[in-house]
Amino acid sequence: MSAELSSPTPLAQTAAQALAGVSPEPGVAKPDPIIVADDVVRRFGGMTAVDVRHLEVQRGAITALIGPNGAGKTTLFNLLTGFDKPNSGNWEFNGRRLNGVSAGRVARAGMVRTFQLTKALSRLTVLQNMQLGATKQPGEGFFTSLVKPLWAAREQEITTQAEELLVRFKLDAKSDDFAGSLSGGQRKLLEMARALMAKPELVMLDEPMAGVNPALTQSLLGHIQTVRDEGTTVLFVEHDMQMVRRIADWVVVMAEGKIVAEGPPSAVMENPAVVDAYLGAHHDTDLGDESVMAEGVLEQLEAEEATE
Amino acid sequence: MNWSDLLSLTAGELIAPTTAAYALAAIGLNIHFGFTGLLNMGQAGFMLVGAYGFAATAQAGQGFPLSALVGVACSVVFALILGIPTLKLRGDYLAIVTISAAEIVRLIGRSSVLSDITNGAAGIPASRFNKDFLGLSVLPDGRTALGPFSYANNVGDGWWTRIVAWAAVLLAVLLVWRLMSSPWGRVLKGIREDEDAVRSLGKSVYGYKMQALVLGGAMAGFAGILFVMPASVQPDAMGRSMTFFIWTILLLGGAATLWGPVIGSMIFFVALMFIKTVMRDVLPSVLRPEQLEPLAGILVGITLMLLVIFRPQGIFGDKKELMLDVR
Repeated sequence: MSAELSSPTPLAQTAAQALAGVSPEPGVAKPDPIIVADDVVRRFGGMTAVDVRHLEVQRGAITALIGPNGAGKTTLFNLLTGFDKPNSGNWEFNGRRLNGVSAGRVARAGMVRTFQLTKALSRLTVLQNMQLGATKQPGEGFFTSLVKPLWAAREQEITTQAEELLVRFKLDAKSDDFAGSLSGGQRKLLEMARALMAKPELVMLDEPMAGVNPALTQSLLGHIQTVRDEGTTVLFVEHDMQMVRRIADWVVVMAEGKIVAEGPPSAVMENPAVVDAYLGAHHDTDLGDESVMAEGVLEQLEAEEATE
Repeated sequence: MNWSDLLSLTAGELIAPTTAAYALAAIGLNIHFGFTGLLNMGQAGFMLVGAYGFAATAQAGQGFPLSALVGVACSVVFALILGIPTLKLRGDYLAIVTISAAEIVRLIGRSSVLSDITNGAAGIPASRFNKDFLGLSVLPDGRTALGPFSYANNVGDGWWTRIVAWAAVLLAVLLVWRLMSSPWGRVLKGIREDEDAVRSLGKSVYGYKMQALVLGGAMAGFAGILFVMPASVQPDAMGRSMTFFIWTILLLGGAATLWGPVIGSMIFFVALMFIKTVMRDVLPSVLRPEQLEPLAGILVGITLMLLVIFRPQGIFGDKKELMLDVR
């Protein structure tokens, strides 16, 4: 699996090349954006959870959205996918305005998300979970569902597609088990596979690696790359910089609701704004050092803290 | 104790129109709760609305098909009115709204405001609205005995009502089977498990919940029509306790199962009749007759509690399904 990760595929190179000339600064324009968002603001009472001036997501690339806890990553996800309403702002997906559009329509437009806390449909089998992800099933209409010949053919296609994906995600042995009986990691896999059933143009993965053991993380990373190599754009939220460094073509860093940095993974990791956001401005000051105490640095730090 | 009387009384409950009406209402509730996860606490209200709509039209001299259609349509409108504001909210709101709406319908029905239509608390006797229905009967007049069951053919509480009622139940079971093994039913079950997940897959959750509420409500509407056919439209007979009986039946048979509501209804009424008859025979020295009815109700309540504690999946349910942690 690791060999697979270290040798970039042709499409990975294409994605990297497309982004090569883009200057690493917050809100920069991309050559071929699939999402363009402007002035997206979401407040919870007095707290501004998200305040994004401008964001573009490159088509066909893996974009990672990183940032410390409470940076507003998931809130931004919820806004973009119609699960939450912004106080202001608008965004386009494929040139189509999507602000104020319901979550179901956003998904039908080709932008499918997963959740941080996995939402496997427990009392449906793994296969049924997958089938539910498919689109254009006429049998999902009330009256057409009554006449099986109207939807049996499409159901067959869906089932074949689902079985192929289950094989790819190594869940085929679990096909007839209730999704509720899967382990946490398998649920993550199922949710990702289910999102792919709709053949989306963009998948948005909210912390796909959270709570997953290292071995499964490897395979999840591989799956994410495969998805990109098949031409689907990926936007994902992640905490772990190592994971991001390994698969992301572009990284967007959020802190306190704002985008503080953007760029290719290697550049972003060295960006002082990112280091500040993650570790705090004084991360290299050793508070255990007695000289710090003696010179009253601590008081100074506290004063800074108070004024912020 | 006269055992043959006891047996024929309790066996009679197996195929009684009331049993069929409750079974049909429980099938409707199964669509709401068992398959879609909607907490409808006012199923009796849907039945009462349907019964009033039917009785009012039939009283005006319209034939049975039109009257029944009007009755069911009333329940559909009732479902839409309740569903539009609540189905976008969390599940508990629907529960509160349905229980209060059912009470509102009952209280309006028994008040004197609309007594031209409802005849107030006295209710509308079946003789005023079931002539057309009985006129449709294909059975000859007279009485038919079939094993322990002996009823007149063409009276409100006779064979014709039983045949139509159970045919309706079978049709509903067939419909539920078809729907729930289709992709439409899969979406409903998905909504039961997790609305947001289904939404994220591009389904219009609100629309599906509304369809489920309307379908189950329409079934309850027709169940209401069947329920009043042998006796009368009596608002107080179709109140909260009716709703809770329907819930008992559903949980007894097993929610989200195909035959659960039907078998549940049969067992429920047979057991209830058995308890009542035995008590009437054994306890008259201790209890007055009017005290027996509430005691039977208490026993039903205890049974429901024991059921939920020891066999939450019902008779037909799969215990494995319940063992899964939901979300």
